[in-house]
Amino acid sequence: MGADLIMLLTVFVLAIFVGFEIITKVPPTLHTPLMSGSNAISGITLVGAIVLAGDPRLPDLARILGCVAVALATINVVGGFLVTGRMLHMFKRK
Amino acid sequence: MNLSPAIVNIGYLVAAVLFILDLKWMTHPKTAVRGNRAGMLAMFIAVFVTLFPSDHSLDYTYILIGVAVGSVIGAVAALRVKMTSMPELVGLFNGFGGAASVLVGASALFAASHALKQDLIEPGMTMLVATVAATLIGSVTFFGSYVAFGKLAEFLAVKWKLYTWQKAIKYGFALATLAGALAYVVPTGMNPYNALTVFSAAIIASIVMMKSDKIPMAGFAKLGFLVLAIVAGVLVARDPHNEHAFWMLVASAGALGVLLTWSIGGADMPVVIALLNSYSGLAAAATGFVIGNNVLIISGSLVGASGIILTMIMCKAMNRSLVNVMFSRMGPTSDTPDADEVYKTVKSTSADEVAMMAETAQRIVIVPGYGMAVAQAQHAVREFGNLVAEKFGAEVEYAIHPVAGRMPGHMNVLLAEADVSYDKLKEMDEINSTIETVDLCIIVGANDVVNPVARTDPKSPIAGMPIINVDKARTVVVIKRSLSPGFAGIPNPLFATDNTMMFFSDAKKAFNELNTAVKET
Repeated sequence: MGADLIMLLTVFVLAIFVGFEIITKVPPTLHTPLMSGSNAISGITLVGAIVLAGDPRLPDLARILGCVAVALATINVVGGFLVTGRMLHMFKRK
Repeated sequence: MNLSPAIVNIGYLVAAVLFILDLKWMTHPKTAVRGNRAGMLAMFIAVFVTLFPSDHSLDYTYILIGVAVGSVIGAVAALRVKMTSMPELVGLFNGFGGAASVLVGASALFAASHALKQDLIEPGMTMLVATVAATLIGSVTFFGSYVAFGKLAEFLAVKWKLYTWQKAIKYGFALATLAGALAYVVPTGMNPYNALTVFSAAIIASIVMMKSDKIPMAGFAKLGFLVLAIVAGVLVARDPHNEHAFWMLVASAGALGVLLTWSIGGADMPVVIALLNSYSGLAAAATGFVIGNNVLIISGSLVGASGIILTMIMCKAMNRSLVNVMFSRMGPTSDTPDADEVYKTVKSTSADEVAMMAETAQRIVIVPGYGMAVAQAQHAVREFGNLVAEKFGAEVEYAIHPVAGRMPGHMNVLLAEADVSYDKLKEMDEINSTIETVDLCIIVGANDVVNPVARTDPKSPIAGMPIINVDKARTVVVIKRSLSPGFAGIPNPLFATDNTMMFFSDAKKAFNELNTAVKET
């Protein structure tokens, strides 16, 4: 195993811990916005999709698959953040 | 324009920190809006620095096409969806996340295996194993989420007549899966991999057309497709040029995803939605390993952790293990008492009578369940709450069981939509500690989560499940269309106790009648 992999694994494990620590504190009232919000965050695959769809040196097939991935990830990002915002605006104390 | 590698990586670092803050601020309704904005900013920064890599220039054609199409679909879906359809939307978005990861995996693999361009993406072991993981988890997520979506939108595994749009999705998806497999297999010729790809696609297509949620030999089939997917994954990792094995991996993992979610329904739905949410994050994290990018790994694992925690909370709220939810069905046992026997002493009531009870009550608690969502009664419920608070001076609260509804937090969103203040939404434990002082408890569309059998009968299928102890309140009114059992399929002795009265009606109609009665009092 290379040093790079160890680096990536370190980041992975630490991020999981951070996630556990924070999310345990989210109250049940916000569980649905948490899910739609984290849906938007998982749209970060968009970054990977952009790298592949935009690289002119790659074969066309790879770039077209990347293009579809860009579209799907963007649905997650745009849809996820918008719908979460819509929900959160409803949670108000009267 | 090209950014230096340092700037790009600092951009990713800032984005990662903002994603963490997004979730941190999500822990309170007051800061949650700010959290969501932090998430948007994080995504913007991450995408922006990606658009200007240091070592070469990008060609933006495909990126712009993808972003334009995705933005329109995402925005329309998010702005037009009704709050009652939120479980379906969340299910659908999980699926898109999974599909995006599969395609990133596929694209990276073809880039790496393309003979002339091998120097661009190093097809080392890490990259290949990560590609296989991203594809496997992504495909399970996509096909599993489709099933979850279809069950929530009620066009999969149901016997009743479907609307045209439901039929179009149902048959269209089955056809597209099969056509997709054949479109790849026919031009490339027949070989063992392709045969298994078509076989897996055919299994997916035939299951999603079924009208029953029971699959013969489901356990055996799940194991079979898991093995197939792993074998295909090993073949891809050993030889990235083996495209046939890659598509076999996608198809067999898809069949596994369909099988895993097909038999789950009803009250177990929140667990599945949360679990698929977690998978979509883990798939994104795996794509981070594919292209060696930290921000993907960090955000993916945050989402993975979030989904796993929600899954555990949901399981705990049903006193069932995840394995039990995934692999066994709930239902009445031979020890389950006969419904007619249990319901011998049921009393029914009317809107006027309930309005009179509300007049003298000081503390009223409303317990909503999935039935409120089905009847879209949340606005009528809120109107009732406000009316009795203003007219009779009663204190009105809403007690919400963690698994009420079809996704985590479902009831909270509906009541928030109906303008109920979030500090009136109480958690189960909070209400249970003072339930004896509740004068009137109104249950609307909930059943198993208020069944005292969970506490009293260790042989019941819901034994040990934490419930809202409404039977300890002074008077209980249950608004329900009939005495039919809930998801667990067992009778509820609460309905026949001395202090309980049944108001047989649709939830929305009942509350409209109640509101009229209260106004006339």
